[in-house]
Amino acid sequence: MADKLFVSSSPHISKSESIRSVMWTVNIALLPAGIIGFYIFGIHSLWLTLVSIIFAVGTEGAIQKLRNKKVTISDGSAFMTGLLLAYNLPPNCPLWIGAIGSIFAIAIVKQAFGGLGRNIFNPALAARAFLMSAWPHHMTTFTKPFVYDAVTQATPLSLLKEGKANSIVDMGLSYWDLFIGNRGGSLGEVCVLALVLGGLYLLYKKIISWHTPVSFILTVGIFAWAFGSKDGFFKGDFLFHTLSGGLILGAIYMATDYVTSPITDKGKVIFGICCGLLTGVIRLWGGYPEGVCYSILIMNSAVPLIDRFVKVRKYGSVKVSG
Amino acid sequence: MNRLWYEFSKGIFKENPIFFIVLGLCPALAVSISVNNAVGMGLAATFVLVCSNAIISAMRNFIPDKIRIPCFIVVIAAFVTIVEMVMKAYAPALDRALGVYVPLIVVNCIILGRAEAFASKNPVLFSFADGLGMGLGFTFALLIISTIRETLGSGKFAGLSISNTFEPALVLSLAPGALLILGLIIGGIRWIKSLR
Amino acid sequence: MDKIFAIIISNLIINNYILFKFMGLCPFLGVSKETKPALSMGLAVTFVLLLSGLMTWFIYSYVLLPFHIEYMRTVVFILVIAASVQFIEMVILKTSPVLYKALGIYLPLITTNCIVLGVAVLNTDDFFKAGRPIAGSFGFSMLQALFAGLGFIFVLLLMSGIRERLELADIPEALEGLPIAFIIASIMSLAFMGFVGLKI
Repeated sequence: MADKLFVSSSPHISKSESIRSVMWTVNIALLPAGIIGFYIFGIHSLWLTLVSIIFAVGTEGAIQKLRNKKVTISDGSAFMTGLLLAYNLPPNCPLWIGAIGSIFAIAIVKQAFGGLGRNIFNPALAARAFLMSAWPHHMTTFTKPFVYDAVTQATPLSLLKEGKANSIVDMGLSYWDLFIGNRGGSLGEVCVLALVLGGLYLLYKKIISWHTPVSFILTVGIFAWAFGSKDGFFKGDFLFHTLSGGLILGAIYMATDYVTSPITDKGKVIFGICCGLLTGVIRLWGGYPEGVCYSILIMNSAVPLIDRFVKVRKYGSVKVSG
Repeated sequence: MNRLWYEFSKGIFKENPIFFIVLGLCPALAVSISVNNAVGMGLAATFVLVCSNAIISAMRNFIPDKIRIPCFIVVIAAFVTIVEMVMKAYAPALDRALGVYVPLIVVNCIILGRAEAFASKNPVLFSFADGLGMGLGFTFALLIISTIRETLGSGKFAGLSISNTFEPALVLSLAPGALLILGLIIGGIRWIKSLR
Repeated sequence: MDKIFAIIISNLIINNYILFKFMGLCPFLGVSKETKPALSMGLAVTFVLLLSGLMTWFIYSYVLLPFHIEYMRTVVFILVIAASVQFIEMVILKTSPVLYKALGIYLPLITTNCIVLGVAVLNTDDFFKAGRPIAGSFGFSMLQALFAGLGFIFVLLLMSGIRERLELADIPEALEGLPIAFIIASIMSLAFMGFVGLKI
């Protein structure tokens, strides 16, 4: 009888098969964005992705073996971390950066905290922040799309931050360019179309819920619309900000990660709104051009408190989300 | 004589203040960006620790128990003030580099901790040895942490460039890197201990 | 106005005392295992910061500087702080003996909390030039003290939430307790660095 009273914190997935199927479904949903990314940026980005994935999976296997635990690399979670990390890197950055990032993500951000389901911070994003601090030069050198000789080009958001362009027109881009990925940026973030399709698939399969992505994206858009223009309030470019940078990638795939986001729907909305506010503040007034990564990490650290104070309404009946 | 050696040597390894007792962290992380600063801080703290231990031990039978902590603090603060003035006069570059962390030696838990735990209960000679051992252990720990941070974080050691073969990970010279390294070192030491 | 904003953001986030200046680590590691004591400790420290910040500013301006005994700063400040802590202890004992018991040894330890002496000293470094207070020095000093305390509470609260959750996790033995706390702090520090260069 005692083992029917299973006390644990989220996530409450108990069957290993369902973890595996969830992870691999997300991986599949992520693939189109990456494949289009390889097409846009060239073969080096494919090697970068493979290296990231191999080192992520390898590190997890090695650590689990060392600790004499069950090796669970086939559950797809390490694969996903490696994939997401590569998606957050500049497409032509050195392969060793992907390798070190993956090792950091798995060994320190995931396994040191107790493995799957226990990490507080999103491993791919924490690794990206780490790499950004360690080798800023490599992490901020982006390349021109469709020019396979790695010609550098600043991303739309960094042009905005440096004051080199004030609007999408100045950058010589159209909203359609931003939507399909004809712009500089990280490997997996540029093709919004593919990311959104993957996201809709995940919604359909009930793996993610709409609460976080919608509140995150809308908050950033509205914030940028309200404060983002030099000509006064409420003149900012809603579409530009929602389509550029890593917002769509982050809001759909990383802010919705079960382990590091709130359990309740209300909590998810709070999480999304706060992420959006932090991202907006950094994008408009901070030193970095993009804030999605940092805002999610900061909110990750607040999730235990959010879960604690945003209570479920009826004791015993938990709304099954996702 | 044996006891004297014991009181001295325990501070270096077995009861190293940073790695085992885990005190005195504030300066450990802040000044360990470069080996020079780290050793400078370590020696300054050692000086204060040795002097305060000795004086407090000498006065231990005269200090009323109820106000002993404020008394210890005054003694320690006096020596820190001396160190501050000497540093400003003879090593101004070090003083500028260490900044606010020099006066903070006063609240370095190691010094107050040793005064309370040892110097107030033991004769002067042993307290002197204890202070010296703990101080040198502290310096040694700072040396290790700063070596890692400086070599991997900026490719230098004691200000001299050492290697062209790898790109330094700047993060190690910054706050997050410091916290990470310290956590990994303490974890690493515990793991090694558990293997025995 | 800019300066006010800069002081707030700096003390609260970018130069947060725990995550970037490494001050206040002992209580941070000791009291951050549960949320309630963490909040109480944070409030106590903030109160001491304000009280001692006030007194040290006046003493520095009207006693130490005019008599050219700035070098007595360390000794005088630490005594003022010790007295402030004694005072707070008495207040807490009278108003909430339960809280007094909960905080235990950590209450008198506020005296050795690097943040309190650190802010007092930094106020004299930042807001005094060539032996005189700069314009608005008192206001800035108190603002700095307040936001240093709030930043401390903020990080302490986040940390306590995280550590409560990790109670149930299978952390490698060698990393349990302090090492993982440092790793958590390191990642939080990485995250807060996102706000570098903030200017409105």
